Amino acid sequence: MQGITGNEGRFHTTSMLHYGTEIVAGVTPGKGGERVEGVSVYNTVAEAVQNHGADTSILFVPPARAKDAVIEAIEAGIKTLVIITELIPQKDVIKFLAKASKSGVVIVGPNTPGLINPSHKIKIGIMPSHIFKPGSVGMVSRSGTLTYEIASHISASGLGQSTCLGVGGDPIIGVGFTDLLDFFRDDEATEGVVLIGEIGGNAEELAAEYIKKTDYPKPVVAYIAGRLAPPEKRMGHAGAIIMGGGGTAKSKIDAFGAAGVPVAEKPSDVTRLLKIGMGKYQ
Amino acid sequence: MRLFEFEAKNILKEYGILIPRGKLAGSVEEATQAANKLGGAVVLKSQILAKSRGKLGGIVFAGSPTQAEKAAQDLIGSTINGNRVDRLLVEERLDITRELYASVAIDRQVKTYLVLASTSGGVDIEEVAQTSPEKILKHWVDALTGFSREDAIEMLNKFDISKDETTRLAHIMVTLYKVATDYDAELVEINPLVRTPSGEFVAADARVTLDDNALFRHPEFKDKSLIRLDDAPLEAEARRQGLAYVDLSGDIGIIGNGAGLVMATLDLVHLYGGRPANFLDIGGGAQVEIIKRGVMLVLSKPEVKAVLINILGGITRCDLVAQGVIAALKESNLKKPVAVRMMGTNEEEGKGILNKAGINTYSNLEEAVESIGTLR
Repeated sequence: MQGITGNEGRFHTTSMLHYGTEIVAGVTPGKGGERVEGVSVYNTVAEAVQNHGADTSILFVPPARAKDAVIEAIEAGIKTLVIITELIPQKDVIKFLAKASKSGVVIVGPNTPGLINPSHKIKIGIMPSHIFKPGSVGMVSRSGTLTYEIASHISASGLGQSTCLGVGGDPIIGVGFTDLLDFFRDDEATEGVVLIGEIGGNAEELAAEYIKKTDYPKPVVAYIAGRLAPPEKRMGHAGAIIMGGGGTAKSKIDAFGAAGVPVAEKPSDVTRLLKIGMGKYQ
Repeated sequence: MRLFEFEAKNILKEYGILIPRGKLAGSVEEATQAANKLGGAVVLKSQILAKSRGKLGGIVFAGSPTQAEKAAQDLIGSTINGNRVDRLLVEERLDITRELYASVAIDRQVKTYLVLASTSGGVDIEEVAQTSPEKILKHWVDALTGFSREDAIEMLNKFDISKDETTRLAHIMVTLYKVATDYDAELVEINPLVRTPSGEFVAADARVTLDDNALFRHPEFKDKSLIRLDDAPLEAEARRQGLAYVDLSGDIGIIGNGAGLVMATLDLVHLYGGRPANFLDIGGGAQVEIIKRGVMLVLSKPEVKAVLINILGGITRCDLVAQGVIAALKESNLKKPVAVRMMGTNEEEGKGILNKAGINTYSNLEEAVESIGTLR
């Protein structure tokens, strides 16, 4: 946990530990020697890795220092990074994604709520854990609270989640929809997939193409937020903006239609479509 | 954040790229003086952020200072596409032998900078991409090694131009990349990049868009970043208060925590036959003050007849939201119906506070949406 001694870091350390995640160490430069909820704090990632063998890191580092923290982690041998931080300068993101790619490091985010696996009781993120229940639906989303909204319906229906991962609301991110579709295809615990997208960029269109091209073997249901978004306005997320006519909700909905993926008209409808898809494939 | 043409040109000039001789004018007198000083034919360019300002009459050629004065009189104080023209860039009119296009932009899909050059300058580059893509050269920069002179020359060799021109254009491309990275820009564009009879390359028009996320490390722009001319009045107010707000044209105010959730709420209201008046995301873990300000802002819009608030509390506390709502209603003194959907952290407490004040609360989002229709 990088940024463990900040307010957010502390809050979520408690939450993650309580859920069952094994946080072996924390890092905040200058605060080495302290402890947060029983977790040892170090000055550098290298020390944390050396003393505890951590291979994954979650970052609560402010935007101005995020790039350095990410690169430090990569150089110290961390293999997976979950970056919660929002508003990181794009130039910095470009830089550290290139470095991660070269080093074979997986980056989730930035601007992500993280990921959760209810069956294994692992939460590397900030989502409210009680909303998720062990189950068979894989979830991948660009949102935070909207994901919880849809997850709550899926849990209530009895389907539950296998793994839920937020790719983040920024325009430039690490793992994307296609990477998760790939993962879910081979994940035995996942029987159906929910993809939560929004306006801006063409990640949904590429995901739809991928589903079509690979004859994706598991049912996928999509929900796209932002049907009412006006052009050229940033709708909260830096990545949620319709530019030059591209990245509209319609474009994404049409793309999924062409790939045979049903698109829910409202969040509560995702469950109904999932049940149809999963029943069909059983 | 988009910079004005004159600001973009000043940056390019600092980096050694030629720009037309010219002067910024804030009045008819200044414009006329500038035209006199420049002598000969000039062009008066409205310094506004409207797209296609040329097609909308924002760019006027004048053959003489008298014509320039007349043009300035027409332009200064006029409104083009909702933008007030307060300043003009008065420039020498260039003799053009060729118009090219050059830019560096962040490509979000490829996750790096895209360097673009085209022999088709002076037109909409998106049109060129559609009709004659062969006239566009693209190079995606390896973020770890950057964009060098050699990279630029290799790229430009595909153009049918002289070796000398290739070298000079390569220098311009590398400079654009340097500007983009030094300034944390999302876009640095010269269109058209004009070749004059003497063989020089001059940036006839320039655009620079800065990454909002990086403004904290560019203090020279920090102050002006609060005044965005493409903001509607309430959006400008929201920006000053640090709220993520977008104006829409309906009568149901919408507030929520989380951009995706708010967008989904907007869509749901519309699906149920309502017309949202705005988008407002209070973000995660919001404190009472932010919530109060957000609710007051939404209530203050005259067109708003009712407000729907959707809170899915993870790190956001429902009881704090409730307190913020009550405080806003009290302070604004506006009697507009409010419906609140709450789920998550401290939801019972939050609902309790609101119910006591006579505000309807819901656990189910669709119920809340349906109710707001009847409340109007």
